[in-house]
Amino acid sequence: MIQAPDLPIWAAIVVGLLLLAGSTITLIGTFGLLRLKTFYERVHAPTLGTTLGAGLILAASILCFTVLYSRPVIHEILIGIVVTLTTPVTLMLLARAAIYRDRTEGTSPVPPDALTKDRDQ
Amino acid sequence: MSLLILALVITTSQIILGLAMIFAAYRMLRGPRAQDRVLGLDALYIGAMLLLVTYGIQTGRTLYFEAALAIGLLGFAGTVALGKFLMRGEVIE
Amino acid sequence: MKRLLPFPLLALALLVMWILLTGFSPGHVLLGGVVAVLISRTMLSLRPDAAGYRPGLAVIRLAGMVCADILRSNIAVARIVLFRRTDRKSGFLHLPTGLRNPHALAVLAVIITATPGTLWVQHDARRHVILIHVLDLVDEEEWIRLIKDRYERLLMEIFE
Repeated sequence: MIQAPDLPIWAAIVVGLLLLAGSTITLIGTFGLLRLKTFYERVHAPTLGTTLGAGLILAASILCFTVLYSRPVIHEILIGIVVTLTTPVTLMLLARAAIYRDRTEGTSPVPPDALTKDRDQ
Repeated sequence: MSLLILALVITTSQIILGLAMIFAAYRMLRGPRAQDRVLGLDALYIGAMLLLVTYGIQTGRTLYFEAALAIGLLGFAGTVALGKFLMRGEVIE
Repeated sequence: MKRLLPFPLLALALLVMWILLTGFSPGHVLLGGVVAVLISRTMLSLRPDAAGYRPGLAVIRLAGMVCADILRSNIAVARIVLFRRTDRKSGFLHLPTGLRNPHALAVLAVIITATPGTLWVQHDARRHVILIHVLDLVDEEEWIRLIKDRYERLLMEIFE
């Protein structure tokens, strides 16, 4: 599909560079999902896409629509706020679920829960 | 001419994001454990959200923005529910 | 005023969000204002503790530092993913913390998790120890010093 917004050349260059950089960072992040060995290492990988990757692509969108409509269009900031606030919550919850499961099974080396250790003594 | 290059660049970044979604989907389908699958799903919906934003840039319409916001919010709710399920075996306590 | 608008910052944020979503027009500002006041009042039934933070230079410094750190650790993690190093090891880290304020701890949790390469796993409220997973754990002491010096001091300034 060959289609593009009608931007002046300087804006087109900046938007293009921001888009390429953002999508490449996101790709590296998900590549980490494939490449890293353990779950606790992999859980770091998607943060690349949700911080810098999302930030760059949203910046491209803000610039594109601001130039296109010749007025500030910044509602993409809402996506940025939602992503920054929700990703830590999901990742923390997932890490806690994983460490809880690993502790219950006792197969992989994870630090023991300090509270249950006290109870055992 | 510059429009053609911009169109190609946008399409390229869409392909890159699609590849990122394929990687995330691979992790979601292969596991090996349940938490890996949930992590893959999380990365998958982030990729979908960013892809929609690039469609918005390509068409010059702000319609896609709302869809991206909805994906972000619903994906968050879904991952939190799955994470809680992994931890407790139930979603609502 | 206090009874009509118990959470002025929340109401303002809701109004700004409404305007960003619907576009700026007098009707939407009025409608968004009504929605913001009504919805921010539902927080009353949750009875949140007062956060008691001090707005000031420290907030701006913290925000700038977090943005710079996110940028730097993005590059660091991207290099770890792309170029496999043999001497890299990841692992858990016990961080003794001096923070007691739950809001300050919540902010620290979001900062640590949002930064690629570090992940907040658990907080032991009785011993005041935080369990953190670090992707590139070269020197444990250095990470502890880094988090304490960079974030904890500023957060104490803001919240305590």
